[in-house]
Amino acid sequence: MSHETLSTILFLLFVAGTLAITFWASRHTRSATDFYAGGRSFSGVQNGLAIGGDYMSAASFLGIAGIIALSGYDGFLYSIGFLVAWLVALLLVAELMRNSGKYTMADVLAFRMSPRPVRTAAGVSTIVVSIFYLLAQMVGAGALVGLLLGVTSQAGKIWTIIGVGLLMIVYVVFGGMKGTTWVQIVKAVMLMTGAALITLLVLGKYGFNLSGLLGDAATQSGKGAKFLIPGLKYGTEAQGTWGKIDLISLGLALVLGTAGLPHILIRFYTVPTAREARKSVLWGIGIIGVFYLLTLVLGFGAAALVGHGKIDKSGNTAAPLLADEIGRQIFGDVGGTILLAVIAAVAFATILAVVAGLTLASSSSFAHDLYAHVFKRGQVTEGQELVVARIAAFVIGAVAIALSVFAQSLNVAFLVSLAFAVAASGNLPAILYSLFWRRFNTAGAVAAIYGGLVSAVVLVIFSPVVSGAETSVFPDVDFHLLPLSNPGIFSIPIGFLCGYLGTVLSKEYNASKYAEIEVRSLTGVGAEKATSL
Amino acid sequence: MTVQHDSSVYEQIQSGEQFQELRRRYRSWAFPMTVAFLAWYLLYVVLSGFARGFMGTKLFGNINVALVFGILQFVSTFLIAWAYSRHASAKLDPLADELRHDVEERAQ
Repeated sequence: MSHETLSTILFLLFVAGTLAITFWASRHTRSATDFYAGGRSFSGVQNGLAIGGDYMSAASFLGIAGIIALSGYDGFLYSIGFLVAWLVALLLVAELMRNSGKYTMADVLAFRMSPRPVRTAAGVSTIVVSIFYLLAQMVGAGALVGLLLGVTSQAGKIWTIIGVGLLMIVYVVFGGMKGTTWVQIVKAVMLMTGAALITLLVLGKYGFNLSGLLGDAATQSGKGAKFLIPGLKYGTEAQGTWGKIDLISLGLALVLGTAGLPHILIRFYTVPTAREARKSVLWGIGIIGVFYLLTLVLGFGAAALVGHGKIDKSGNTAAPLLADEIGRQIFGDVGGTILLAVIAAVAFATILAVVAGLTLASSSSFAHDLYAHVFKRGQVTEGQELVVARIAAFVIGAVAIALSVFAQSLNVAFLVSLAFAVAASGNLPAILYSLFWRRFNTAGAVAAIYGGLVSAVVLVIFSPVVSGAETSVFPDVDFHLLPLSNPGIFSIPIGFLCGYLGTVLSKEYNASKYAEIEVRSLTGVGAEKATSL
Repeated sequence: MTVQHDSSVYEQIQSGEQFQELRRRYRSWAFPMTVAFLAWYLLYVVLSGFARGFMGTKLFGNINVALVFGILQFVSTFLIAWAYSRHASAKLDPLADELRHDVEERAQ
C-alpha cells in the first residue's frame, strides 16, 4: 500500500471519528452556553489540551519544523515567541476574562462601556483576525495536499480547500463549542504522540546526543556554524538594520498577540471557574512548550537526515519527509510508509481543528455581538441568536473557501503573523485597559481597536510583503513604502496610544461599572456558571 | 444566570480593605513579572538580531549560547507559570473566596 492511500485512510478515520463526536455534541447542544462555550463544562486539563489543539496550527507543526530544517536556528527563535506569549494570557487575561465575560471577547469590553460601538469594533476585529488566520490555514491545506498526497492538479487543490471548508462548517454548525473542543482535544493528542514518536526515533539514532545531531544538521545544511545561530531567515545581515528591527517587530507581535486572539480568548469560557481557566492555561503552556521542544529536534533532524535537496522551498515537507526517512532507517520501507502516512494525517487533523476554532470564534462574535446586540439591540431570543450563529458559520466558511480558492496561488503565509499583529495592536490594548484602567471608556476602546487594526493592516499593505519583492503577494508591482514586513513595532504602540488618547479626550466613564468589573474579575462574584454535565 | 447586584455593593467592596489587599497582592506580583519576562524575551530577540557573534559562542560540543538562551526562555516560562499558580492558590484564592462569600451574603 502506498503512503498516500494509508494517509487517506487514517485521515478518513479521523474525519469519521470527529463527525461521530460532532453528532454526539449536536445532541447535547441546546442552549447558547452550550453552543458558544461548551456548557462551560470542560475540565482544566481538557481545555488545556484543546488550547494546544486550537493553537498549534499546521504553520506551527510543519512550518516551524520546516524553517528550522531550511534556515536552522531562526525557526527555534520563531517558536519561542509563541510560547512566552502564554504568560501574558496566564498572568493578565485568562482568569479575569473568565470571571467577567460570557461568550465573546466583546463581552468584557461592553461590560462598562456603551455596548453598540464597542461590540461593533470588537466584532469587526474578531472577524478580520479570524479570516486572515483562516485564509492562511486553508491555502496551506491546498498546498499540503499536493506535497503529502501527490495531488498536484489545480482541481485537486481546490477540492481539498472545499473539503476542509465543508468539514469545518459541519463541526461548528452542528457541534458548536462542544464538538470543536473535542476535535481539538483529539487532534492535540494525535499531534503530540506523532511528534514525540518521531523525536524519540531521531534522538535515539543519535544516542540522545543533541550536540551530535546539531553538528550533523549544520554540516548537511552546508551553512556550518551559521546554521546554529540566528540570522539565516529573520533579519539577515544582507537586510541590514531594518531587517533586524523587523525581527524585533515580529517578536513583539508574537509575544503580545496570543492574548488578543479571539479564538484563543473564547477557550477560557469553556471551563466552570477562573481556577480551571488558570489550570487550563498551565496545561496549555506545558503542552505547547514541550511541542516546540519536539519541533526543535524534528527541524534539525530533517536538516541532518533528509537534507536540503529534498525539502520543498516552503519547508512544509520537512517533518513528513523526516518521518519517512527515520522510519525507513529503523524499520525498513514499510515503517517509512506508515510513519509518513501518520504524520500526513496528523497534519490534516491539525488544520481541521484550527480552522474549526477560527470559524466558531468569528461566527459567535457575529451572532452575539453584531446581530444580537448591535443590529437587534438585545431584542432577540436565544433561539434566534443561535440560528444566526449557525448561518454565520456557514457564510463565513463559504467566504473563507471562496477567498482561499482565489488566493491559493498567492503567498499568504504572512497572514498568520498579520493576525497576531492585529490582535496585539487592537485587541490587547482594549482588553488590558478595560480590565485594569479605571478611567478607560467607550471612545478609548473604539480608538484602540480600530487604531491598532487599521495601522497594522495599512503598514502591511505598504510593506514588501504585499509588493515590491520576489516573495510578495503581488511581485510584479511595487508600491511599498517601508522596508518592514512586520508592523508590530509601530502598530502596537499606536494601538495603545489610540486607546489612551481616545480615553482622555472623552469625558465619559462609569466608575461604578468599573468597580463591578474589577470586583467581579478578581473575586469571581457573579461569574457565569457551568450549565451542563 | 448572573445575579444582579446593586452597584453600590461593588463600590463598597472595591474600596474595602480586604479587596484592596487582594488587588495589591495580584497586581504587585503580576505586573512586575510581566515587565520582567517581556524584558527577558526582548533581550533574547535583540541579542538574536544584533549580537550574533556572542550568540554563536560555543559552550560545549555544538551547543552554543543561542541554543542555551533559547532553552532558558522555555525554562523561565515554565517556572513563572508554576510560580504564578503557587502564588495564586496561596495568596489570592483564599482572599477571593472570602470576598465572594461576603458579596453573595450581602446580596441575599
